[in-house]
Amino acid sequence: MSSASLTPQKKENIKKGSVLASFASNARQYGIVGALVVIIIVFEILTGGLLLQPNTIVQLIQQNAYVIILAVGMVMVIIATHIDLSVGSLVGFIGGCIALLMQNAHLNWFLAIIVGLLIGLLVGVWQGFWVAFVGIPGFITTLAGMLIFRGLATTMINASIPVNNTSFNAIASAYLPNILGWWGPFDGLSIVVGILAIVAFAWTQLRKRAKVSKVGLVPEPINATYIKIAIASVVIAALTFEFASSGNATQGGIPIMLVIVGVLVFTYNFILTRTVFGRRVYAVGGNRRAALLSGINTRRVDFSLFIHMGLLSAIAAIAMLSRLSSASAATGNSFELDAIAACFVGGTAVTGGIGTVPGVVIGAVVMGVINQGLSIMGVDSALIQTIKGLVLLLAVAVDIMSKRKKR
Amino acid sequence: MSNSPMILQMQNITKTFGPVKALTNVNLEIARGEIHAICGENGAGKSTLMNVLSGVYPSGTYSGTIFYDGKECNFKKIKDSEELGIVVIQQELALSPFLSIAENIYLGNERQKNGVIDWEATRADAIKVMQQVGLQENPDTKIMDIGVGKQQLVEIAKALSKEVKLLLLDEPTAALNDEDSAHLLQIIRDLRDNQGVTSVIISHKLNEIAAIANNVTIIRDGSTVGWLTNSKENPLDQDELIHKMVGRELTNLYPDHVSHIRDEIFRVENWTVHHPLDQQRVIVDHANIYVRAGEIVGLAGLMGAGRTEMAMSIFGHTYGSAVSGKVYVHGKETDTSTVQKAIGAGIAYATEDRKGYGLNLLQNIRENALLAALTKHSKHGVMDDGVERIAVEKYRKDFNIKTPSIEEQVSNLSGGNQQKVVLAKWVISNPDILILDEPTRGIDVGAKYEIYEIIDQLADEGKAVIVISSELPELIGICDRIYTVSQGVITDDVQKTKFTQEYLMKGMTQEKTQLKKVGE
Ligand SMILES: Nc1ncnc2c1ncn2[C@@H]1O[C@H](COP(=O)(O)OP(=O)(O)OP(=O)(O)O)[C@@H](O)[C@H]1O
Ligand SMILES: [Mg+2]
Repeated sequence: MSSASLTPQKKENIKKGSVLASFASNARQYGIVGALVVIIIVFEILTGGLLLQPNTIVQLIQQNAYVIILAVGMVMVIIATHIDLSVGSLVGFIGGCIALLMQNAHLNWFLAIIVGLLIGLLVGVWQGFWVAFVGIPGFITTLAGMLIFRGLATTMINASIPVNNTSFNAIASAYLPNILGWWGPFDGLSIVVGILAIVAFAWTQLRKRAKVSKVGLVPEPINATYIKIAIASVVIAALTFEFASSGNATQGGIPIMLVIVGVLVFTYNFILTRTVFGRRVYAVGGNRRAALLSGINTRRVDFSLFIHMGLLSAIAAIAMLSRLSSASAATGNSFELDAIAACFVGGTAVTGGIGTVPGVVIGAVVMGVINQGLSIMGVDSALIQTIKGLVLLLAVAVDIMSKRKKR
Repeated sequence: MSNSPMILQMQNITKTFGPVKALTNVNLEIARGEIHAICGENGAGKSTLMNVLSGVYPSGTYSGTIFYDGKECNFKKIKDSEELGIVVIQQELALSPFLSIAENIYLGNERQKNGVIDWEATRADAIKVMQQVGLQENPDTKIMDIGVGKQQLVEIAKALSKEVKLLLLDEPTAALNDEDSAHLLQIIRDLRDNQGVTSVIISHKLNEIAAIANNVTIIRDGSTVGWLTNSKENPLDQDELIHKMVGRELTNLYPDHVSHIRDEIFRVENWTVHHPLDQQRVIVDHANIYVRAGEIVGLAGLMGAGRTEMAMSIFGHTYGSAVSGKVYVHGKETDTSTVQKAIGAGIAYATEDRKGYGLNLLQNIRENALLAALTKHSKHGVMDDGVERIAVEKYRKDFNIKTPSIEEQVSNLSGGNQQKVVLAKWVISNPDILILDEPTRGIDVGAKYEIYEIIDQLADEGKAVIVISSELPELIGICDRIYTVSQGVITDDVQKTKFTQEYLMKGMTQEKTQLKKVGE
């Protein structure tokens, strides 16, 4: 029936979709990126150029790695309309377990890590069981978990357990080895990886475009793709420069923590956007009953989500323990709130069903940059907390307003 | 109040959503005291026009002018239009299921004394307006405990409580059976004759329009394409109306189809289902049905007869408690106690409640349409974009889903087009046995024909199709056999030769005491 297809006039209108329109339609995604750019520029000026020093950036990553690691799991949990309040306590608890294994049981550091990850999985199974199969809301299950594991951590650790294994402590502070040597003042490996990243980004963008037109759909304007590639190249090149010139006399380049975070972000973004499981997570979050009636085992989805969260909590625990070189009962306090804040700043919907991994990574970086910038300026940490709270409120308010306007 | 004969004039209304132009220079004139119908295909822009009028889309987000009672209006929000007596009853009912009838009627408009709700006044006033719409229920009854027909009446009662002058009804009868629809239309007529309420009604049921409207405005692709009048002397020409709506002749309402019926592939025996909360209440009572490959079987019954409940309980026990009975697929007894098992056995159920059970409004067309067939379109758990897009694109064309692209959010689609996405989802899952619950609810005449063709084609591919519909002519037009259902009991198994509305009605209205059960 002809009438159901678009009138010629409408087709015209759509075709006119210029580069600008294509960007405008994704305004929500770009809004937060824009905010990040502004924040970076402001702090770069306020700190007199200290913010974008190579070593400050490395520090920023090493300090905020745990937020990103927890947030990529948290965003999935929130999309599926749950929440996990226990991750902070888990970081303390699992960190304590690993420290005990290494210091008291003298377990090899690598084996200790494996055991730590297994503990994370087990805790995930435990919490997932209560949520998915008993039907206790995630909020309550993990509130209980928060108390249980903080309590266990405190009993187990007493005051603190120092970790003096250099290999383990290197995870959070060392760099990838300079296998390609120093090229002048620059780390060769960083430069090679940077160039590869640019090529890979351009290639995937163009391939995505080709794929879209291959199945007979109208892709975004080619200029939009080029602009995207150009911007990404500049950003990656700048970061490459920063990393290549980071470090000290003996080592420098790409921090190991960046590799771990990068792999996790990449993997979870893939899971959420490209896999059947990811599609199910969104379906469950958007309309649980419709998902159920479409044959999705909603319990299994819930169960898996808490297992992922347990695993990621264990990874965050390892990062934290390595960074602090000691386990203490208070480690991980209020980490759950940092992760949740990163999710909401990054555009995740409070009511579930909406959220992306790149979004929460940017959310985490926004919070991290504000934190770092204010610390460099010597602002009191209590005040920093207040400011972060206001930023969270503002970010979500802007998000809600922009959605209302779209109507 | 001005004395102009026109209560409402909308001039050159244009409304765009990003690149999509939903309305282009639409003009609408409504005379005081008339019942005015708006007709058009799915996605023509009818609901959008009502939203512009009522202030859902605030002034400034569209262009054009609105004169109401002779004065130009720029509504910023719904409350602004309500203050002047314009009340909309939306396409999707907006009642709160857990609140009582009285509470819903005065929701947002509470009877109060010094900031405290005056329950006596609430109840007394509620009873008054309920009487006006002929709703005989206790005002304390919860909305979820009454049927859709009565819920519509609550919506109208709510409108009356706001001293309505212009009542806008967006597909009020889509979910109603003939009897409830007739009742509703009579109330709209009474409101006009006794209280001078002007009504604007949107509907895809053309005989209703012919029965009630004084004038009809026709919209196609976002533009007004014609007006028709309807009176005793000059009755509405439905063929002309259809022609104006779809832009071509439509000679038949139902496609000619000869079924090639083969072996039985689906059988349900002694199916008994109880109410999910009250295990004493029997909802489906020892039902026995069978369907053969290539056969289209209808389930006819009044509202609340238990057809949807029967279908959903078969489909993964998604309704009811203490479900008992046997399901046979291809002659083998089959466990369908979870949705996964039911789908695995080749059964599909397309729901009548698209917002509640059918769609994820936060996802796009592609993601919704594939939800029941994710594993089929993936490799090792990874979705295959290309295959996915090609599959959905094909069904978008087959079902004529009106949208700029399959990447569009389903919440941006018109009601009828959302319905098509639900159907597409289950056709894509490629089942052997397809249960369609009100498949053409809210779908325009032209598109209905195409959906019937798709149903015929599915049958020709050897699938067994069960259609639940509250429109008897539709069942008569497309089915090979019809079961009549009354109060949870299958009362008759009617062969095609005996299809008449009167005969079917007999089976649909049998009282429980004198029921004979079929197939025992
Ligand atoms: N929020 C929105 N964003 C984008 N497009 C929209 C939005 N709302 C409606 N549309 C588009 O506007 C057009 C008109 O939609 P509308 O809901 O008014 O149709 P309708 O005539 O009421 O159809 P139906 O009979 O199916 O209810 C459709 O093409 C629809 O996709
Ligand atoms: Mg509509």
